[in-house]
Amino acid sequence: MAIKTFAQAINEALSIAMEQDSSVICYGLGTDDPKGIFGTTLGLQEKFGPERVFDMPTSENAMTGIGVGAALYGLRPVMSHQRLDFALLSMDQLVNNAAKWHFMFGGRRTVPLTVRMILGRGWGQGPTHSQNLQAWFAHIPGLKVVMPAMADDAKGLLLSSIYDGNPVIYLEHRWLHNLKGEVPAGDYRVPIGKARTLREGADITITAMSYMTIEALRACDFLAGHGITCDLIDLRSVRPIDWDTIRASVRRTGRLLALDTGFTTGSVAGEIVARMSTEYWGLLKAAPDRLAMPDYPEATSPTLTENYHIRAEHVAAKVAKMVGAKSDVLELMPQRNHPHDVPGDWFTGPF
Amino acid sequence: MNQTNDTLLLQQMLRIRLVEEEIAIRYPEGKIRCPTHLSIGQEAVAAAVGLALRKDDLAVSGHRAHAHYLGKGGNLPQMIAEIYGKATGCSGGKGGSMHLVDESVGFVGSTAIVGGTVPVGVGLGYGIKLKGTDQVSCVFHGDAVVEAGVFAESVNFAALKSLPVLFVCENNLYSVYSPLHVRQPAGREIWRMAQGMGITARHCDGNDAAAVYACVTDAISSIRAGNGPVFLEFATYRWREHCGPYYDNDIGYRSESEFLEWKARDPIPRLEAALLRDGMISHADIEQMLDNIRSEIAAAFEAADAAPFPLAEEAFTHLYAQ
Repeated sequence: MAIKTFAQAINEALSIAMEQDSSVICYGLGTDDPKGIFGTTLGLQEKFGPERVFDMPTSENAMTGIGVGAALYGLRPVMSHQRLDFALLSMDQLVNNAAKWHFMFGGRRTVPLTVRMILGRGWGQGPTHSQNLQAWFAHIPGLKVVMPAMADDAKGLLLSSIYDGNPVIYLEHRWLHNLKGEVPAGDYRVPIGKARTLREGADITITAMSYMTIEALRACDFLAGHGITCDLIDLRSVRPIDWDTIRASVRRTGRLLALDTGFTTGSVAGEIVARMSTEYWGLLKAAPDRLAMPDYPEATSPTLTENYHIRAEHVAAKVAKMVGAKSDVLELMPQRNHPHDVPGDWFTGPF
Repeated sequence: MNQTNDTLLLQQMLRIRLVEEEIAIRYPEGKIRCPTHLSIGQEAVAAAVGLALRKDDLAVSGHRAHAHYLGKGGNLPQMIAEIYGKATGCSGGKGGSMHLVDESVGFVGSTAIVGGTVPVGVGLGYGIKLKGTDQVSCVFHGDAVVEAGVFAESVNFAALKSLPVLFVCENNLYSVYSPLHVRQPAGREIWRMAQGMGITARHCDGNDAAAVYACVTDAISSIRAGNGPVFLEFATYRWREHCGPYYDNDIGYRSESEFLEWKARDPIPRLEAALLRDGMISHADIEQMLDNIRSEIAAAFEAADAAPFPLAEEAFTHLYAQ
């Protein structure tokens, strides 16, 4: 299998979908600019022409409704937002039209619309360029919401989103674009609504999504070296949530830590904690808990985010506490050699 | 009587009027249990646009959509059943008066958020353009829609891509109880706004059915010829309250005299008189027309009343397409 970055995997998924299906169109601010939305749309316009791949007016709400109309005409639009924060301008069309059309007309029509939104954290993105609002979309009946963490899932979930008969919100974390992994060739699809167990263990169930899965992996691998083994479930879809996989794991481990890239209150993690507490009250060995962003906007200056993000060390500490381990193992955790607010040395901005 | 466009226009207007009046009569019975916005007084635009469009042309609309749906050829019994919340309704009872659909005649849908279907209609236009057919996508909307940001965004894109979209603005002077003068600056001409955004725009008396028809036919020819979108503003007036079956000239937001002025410009007798004068139609023809319409309406209401409600379990279907 070829090794590709998360961004290349997205580009490949778009290219394959457009190659094999002339109804797929792709648009959004910056789609055909020299940067090509962090590399994800590079080369598409050259291959498929300006009618199917185009930049758009700064009109997020109408362009979403235009996607709904195009989908109703039989196209499969893929719309991209370089920041989720800008997609907030389109909540009316997403919630009142895209999410409702199939239901409110008695199942007469479907709206196969994919909306990519990029979210992130750190590097001064600040209060309005970094928000992880997956819970907003996951709250809406009629939308599907996916949040890949790995390059192969980035491709497989995007192809599944494009060919789904429903509006799908495809959330990609800026800190994942350069992450590499093995990516299957061709029209590779990952089912929406199925989680992926990345580490198997006996002591605790950890659920995570998107970039938080990467921090969780570091934590799990460190803890495993100290005799604490975790079931790490990468949710991949936050609507629908793969409850069967979470249930099976929690029944086995009796402990649950739900991680989230979004704000704590009203988070997807909160929903997972609530449901598992309700269903498995009697068999839980410890109170389920969650780690998510503080209920404050993210600030810009690097010192103001020092204690803001959830990182692997926080996950490891929380797990150690929940399983009753001595917490001094944490002192052994290797410190990263790059600043806390970038995904790696490669990241130098400007956005 | 020879069926001409003009007699069809009259027939369509009468049909819409009588359907809406029947809804108004039945509403207090309590069997219609959803917000319902009647188009009485505004029939000319819906009838003329519906007649000028082809069956395979597409249309979307807003909350006051009965007339647009019927004008486009939408199924009457299914509309009445939908308003009654019945399983046989066009949306299976999930939509009600404000969510009508009949794709068999190109009525793609009406929704309840002001301006909500404007971009949808433009998106249909993008699909038409990409596929290369000569269809037209018609967007029915009111005067308040032009105040919503999504309107400007949608017109901009339609102009940018020269899409086959017909914007039909029925300016009835009020948004619920808010008159134009509290919503738009004095002297604003809505059609000039659209013109200023780079699309062909015209305005016309919306209570003169023949004039509306001529205006729309020109616009459609231009759109089919590939000249891009057209915006038409029609001056008209809703006779009854914003939502519901009654008159509300007494509650203080508009005057009885204003209503009477507009009532004197009723589009139906205006066309009737012209057709009678020109010998295109006789009083007996009109009586026959009315009889046919009345029996069609009576049958539709009877069927809706008798139809079953959807099962409670149906509430949990159609969330996602499989």
